[in-house]
Amino acid sequence: MHSTGYVVKFILMVSIVVALVLASMATLLKPIHDRNEAIANKRSILNAVGHHLEQQVRSLTDDEVLEIFETQIDQYVVDVEGNVLSKEEVQERGYSGGMAEHINIGRERRKPESERLLPVFVFKSATDQFFIVAVHGSGLWDDIWAHIALEDDFNTIAGVAFGHAAETPGLGAEITDDPMFSEQFRGTKLFNEEGEFKSVRVVKGRARDEYHEVDGVTGATVTNDGVTNMFRRGLQNYFAYFEKLQTQ
Amino acid sequence: MADTNTTTQAEVKDRKPLFGKRERKLITDPLNDNNPITVQVLGICSALAITTQVSPAVVMTLAVIFVMGFSSLFTSLLRHSIPKQVRMIVMLIIIAFLVTVVELSLKAINYPIYQELSVFIGLIITNCIIMGRLEAFAMADKPWPSFIDGVGNAMGYGAILIIVAFFRELFGSGSLMGWDIIGPGAQFAINTQAHWWLEWYMPNNLMVLSASALFVIGVLIWVHRAWNRDLVDVS
Repeated sequence: MHSTGYVVKFILMVSIVVALVLASMATLLKPIHDRNEAIANKRSILNAVGHHLEQQVRSLTDDEVLEIFETQIDQYVVDVEGNVLSKEEVQERGYSGGMAEHINIGRERRKPESERLLPVFVFKSATDQFFIVAVHGSGLWDDIWAHIALEDDFNTIAGVAFGHAAETPGLGAEITDDPMFSEQFRGTKLFNEEGEFKSVRVVKGRARDEYHEVDGVTGATVTNDGVTNMFRRGLQNYFAYFEKLQTQ
Repeated sequence: MADTNTTTQAEVKDRKPLFGKRERKLITDPLNDNNPITVQVLGICSALAITTQVSPAVVMTLAVIFVMGFSSLFTSLLRHSIPKQVRMIVMLIIIAFLVTVVELSLKAINYPIYQELSVFIGLIITNCIIMGRLEAFAMADKPWPSFIDGVGNAMGYGAILIIVAFFRELFGSGSLMGWDIIGPGAQFAINTQAHWWLEWYMPNNLMVLSASALFVIGVLIWVHRAWNRDLVDVS
């Protein structure tokens, strides 16, 4: 048996060594991690307009992703009243980068609506332009989010790219893993013919309304409902901005 | 488990080649006679969770091989100075340390796979096989055999993981390593709708649910015992 003093010293030693190694490793790899995260976010944004790119997003290299982002995408930060914020204003609100791509939509969702910062990405292809907005919600286990590309009528959805933190593989995680799920959203509409906001709902069984319903993932009711709520709540935040753009 | 313990005590002090008879046995034993999953029935929880697809199972296997090999090595190196009262905590620190190393490296090297596996990498810490081997082997043996033992057990675990994942992905999603093999639709290599005699086939969603992993592992244990008669308890 070892003395208590030895035990305490031994555990302290081990903990300090382990803590030092891990801390220095995390610090050294931080720039690479940040870069990877930023690229994953940009890929997701490009995925929303994937059908209007010359190549599949999956087969793009990291540098190509950055280049498309640089040349074909304009980004703005807006608030719920529809005002476009300047870079300095965004920096004041805690984002040192000051660009829409730096906005953490998960963090914004936890603020009251009037204080939220909303990223908007405008993608210009040779013929059209698309407005990509970000929404954030809750799935079964953790957060889910999506980038939604709208055509310039601010009504028709041109594509959606989903993301999730910890949904069940094979069930809830199918919203990202099964390309057929997000594919269904193409061509759905936010408003009905009377101009009423209907959003797009994820339903059980067969989707009947081709403009406002899509077929849900089997066995993932909570995630499906999360997507429905996320669309309804998240998109509303952008309406003021859309209206301003349309009246201009 | 008893088997490896006796070999530990019967250790001969002579200097031996790097891959002697004993080392070979340390690798082959967990693959067959002493498989952590099908014989010792350890590590079942992760075998249920990450076997829906083959590629995460492969990455998980590699991660576990790394963590088990090196945690055995470190534990064995420290075995004379680890106080017996707190040995479990020390082992846990070592395992958690290595798992964090894996997590940080994977996040830097391959971000998409990291995203896919993030939760499960952390759960390696709770894999009871690792703790079991450290306690049963590495605390009482030299560093090199301990390392071999760790790697061998991780391979025995990984082999079952990949076999289970193979059946679950093929029959659950109709694909393997993400390639679509069999199912209704043009994207599959064997499009069941194009052949009238295959029209009845649909990928079975039950295979994707955790419960099916238990069925597959149960069948594997049965097959393993039918093939290796030594494993059958005669009591």
